[in-house]
Amino acid sequence: MVNIKVNGIDYQVEENISLLEACRSVGIEIPTLCNDDRLQPHAACRLCIVELEGKKNFEASCSLRVWDGMSVQTHSPRVMKARADILDLLFSNHPEDCLTCEKSGDCKLQDYCFEYDVEKGSYVGEKKDYSMDYSNHFYTYDPNKCILCGKCVRVCSELQCTNAIDLEGRGFNTKVSTPFDMGLAQSTCVSCGNCVAACPVGALMPKRRERVRNWDIERVKTTCSYCGVGCQMELLVKGEKVVGVEPVDGEANNGLLCVKGRFAYSFINHRDRLKTPLIKRDGKFEEATWDEAYNLIVDKINETKTESGPESLAGLTSARCTNEENYIFQKLFRAVIGTNNVDHCARL
Amino acid sequence: MTNSSKEVLDSDAIFVIGSNTTENHPVIGSYMKQALNRGAKLIVADPRRIELADYADIFLQIEPGTNIALLNGMMNVIIDRGLHDREYIEERTENFEEFAELIKEYTPERVAKICGVEEQDIIDAALMYAEADKAGIYYAMGITQHTTGTKGVMSVSNLSLLCGNIGKESAGVNPLRGQNNVQGACDMGGLPADLPGYQKVFKPEVVEKFEKAWSTKIPTEAGLTIPEILDGAEDGEVKFIYIMGENPMVSDPDINHVRKALSNVDFLVVQDIFMTETAELADVVLPAASFAEKDGTFTNTERRVQRVRKAIEPIGESKPDWKILMDIMHRLEHRDIYLHPSEIMEEIRTVTPQYGGITYDRIDEEGIQWPCPDIDHPGTKYLHKDVMARGKGMFMAIDHRDSAELADKEYPFIFTTGRILYHYHTRTMTGRVEGLNKIAPESYVEINEVTANKLGIVDGERVRLTSRRGNVITSARVTDIIDENTLFMPFHYAESAANYLTNPALDSIAKIPELKVAAVKIEKLGS
Repeated sequence: MVNIKVNGIDYQVEENISLLEACRSVGIEIPTLCNDDRLQPHAACRLCIVELEGKKNFEASCSLRVWDGMSVQTHSPRVMKARADILDLLFSNHPEDCLTCEKSGDCKLQDYCFEYDVEKGSYVGEKKDYSMDYSNHFYTYDPNKCILCGKCVRVCSELQCTNAIDLEGRGFNTKVSTPFDMGLAQSTCVSCGNCVAACPVGALMPKRRERVRNWDIERVKTTCSYCGVGCQMELLVKGEKVVGVEPVDGEANNGLLCVKGRFAYSFINHRDRLKTPLIKRDGKFEEATWDEAYNLIVDKINETKTESGPESLAGLTSARCTNEENYIFQKLFRAVIGTNNVDHCARL
Repeated sequence: MTNSSKEVLDSDAIFVIGSNTTENHPVIGSYMKQALNRGAKLIVADPRRIELADYADIFLQIEPGTNIALLNGMMNVIIDRGLHDREYIEERTENFEEFAELIKEYTPERVAKICGVEEQDIIDAALMYAEADKAGIYYAMGITQHTTGTKGVMSVSNLSLLCGNIGKESAGVNPLRGQNNVQGACDMGGLPADLPGYQKVFKPEVVEKFEKAWSTKIPTEAGLTIPEILDGAEDGEVKFIYIMGENPMVSDPDINHVRKALSNVDFLVVQDIFMTETAELADVVLPAASFAEKDGTFTNTERRVQRVRKAIEPIGESKPDWKILMDIMHRLEHRDIYLHPSEIMEEIRTVTPQYGGITYDRIDEEGIQWPCPDIDHPGTKYLHKDVMARGKGMFMAIDHRDSAELADKEYPFIFTTGRILYHYHTRTMTGRVEGLNKIAPESYVEINEVTANKLGIVDGERVRLTSRRGNVITSARVTDIIDENTLFMPFHYAESAANYLTNPALDSIAKIPELKVAAVKIEKLGS
């Protein structure tokens, strides 16, 4: 542990962590747009600057390791003013379309502009004017909204390790781009959407059939239903419809998802879903009530059991269903029907 | 998995055999690539030059069905050079001598011929694995879907034991499980010889325990496995089949046989979220709720029991599977009432030692890895620490054996199957996602460019594949990632399904079919 002084108060914090992390650990929130605990510090957005005793210039707290005896000011008037200036600069080169932007309500730039009272961009001049990249089937990239925090690039290279995108050009002309600016569909992108999840603004956005506002969405944490990795995620629900998925930082997945977990959710509310029991009569399925279906099944179970013994019945349980359902399934066959003929597709 | 997924980040060497990890377990695939950036070494053995092969220090493009030979060859090199962990072997394993005797026969020179790889690559791979302090082996169906599947797994275990990698962090033997809850379905007794917690149905003390817990008699003879159920259905001995959330009409080998079997039963119930190819054959179809419409738990590949939470009401009149099953139980005059899945978990933990400490409260924030015997146990990050679950790690002397079908004059190509990133299993879910269908709309067969050239087949051309069991028409994808005598097809697509061709020959122990090796011929049909 090391002793640091933040805003005149002494704290004991862990060694070998950044000042940003240290402050967070004692309940002092420092704004940042480019920091992600899973990534190397980047110090790109400069929003996490602090005043460090003995230093004239501001220091970025995300890339500053704590040391014993360090003393900083995280929210002094000078720091607050500098942060507001940074936000002003960012917003001056940002489309002022918060009213229609789907990121609204979940946008860090919007949140910080509110917090630092930046009403509009006061620097008038040239603005970015790029075309959108719609080429990916699952998400869009709008370079005009990009604040160049580099999180998407670093998630793609440091975590996902696909290296599909990078920062191209210098200064005002810097842009997140694919090789030769050929567009995402022509890149090595595997559509995992981990960049989209990392984007603090509305530059990288999932493609959706419906337009939704963040405050209309309910989030339900669950486990992905595709492969066996067991990624943790949130289902975004509007009314009775799942309208999106976002990763959660679980032990198994470290906040990552793949294309299926992230974007292949539309089967849930798909029109093809089975909605009633069906009974086949004369080779054709007819809609039936649960009672009719249950009665038929139960009669058949009893009939088969009486005529041919419990060994003539068999059940395939499911690697897709929950533990509780698998438990009940085998209990139904073993304890109620009386056979061990229970298996599932573990081998397929 | 003996170890946890994230542990791969700190491995010194990673050996991936029979797993296309970046496509089938993408997040673990990313962890592997992160580990490489931290300095880990990577060995890949696969019949196809999968994405990870491009990142590998050593890539062994083995012929399908030669895993055991390769593993034996690597172990031959390791023992020959004295790189095995003598102290560990002495202390923690048994049967080393008999095993080492057999391994002598597997010289790299001989193995190179069986596997179709360079002798030096086998030696280099062996040294890289043996010289690493923490070396993890990662495999999937490329090891198991063979008539020698169980022995393939034992071979993997041999290699890991030989270098002291079982019971060690960031090492171990790590099967990557393909389905969200295949681990849990096994844990819960969805197997014909196993009650929950792998307690055998034929052991008197086990039967006594469950009969007491369930207040009823239970059968004490092992039941039938899926292939046996299907054979029984064809023979007329199995008359009633209840299928919950499975689609064997696409996923099982030799679909013509599956169709015959399922059409022959007196009564077939299918419970699913969509009208699947299998449900089409049913007498009654029950509409189930999807994972988004119910509470419960899944157990992932690293044995972590995690929550599934209800986000929306069941679609239409569909019901969660557990409710349907409970309704049927009640109508069969069984009185257990569960008001919520958490109550089922309470029962599970009383009869399943590994789940003894799993409660919904405890796993609310973060899942727990079994074994978790009691409520104070934190769960188990990696298995066999300090002592093996069975006492001593057992070396098994295992010979290479040819696959059930080999290429011959009539069927000159080896046909192998697998999954791709953009679809999942039989596509009942992913086949309804627009973007995925745009990327991967239909089935195809990968054919080597030289072979294609010899046969006059161009990329995208229609071809017919025929095996002893059936034929399918698909389009050719000409590539250099596959050997000249091998063909690969993803098995996802119900139209021209790969499993019309695959061989239902079984591994005698685990009864897993040889989906990874079949003999086929290919004909050009013109575009």
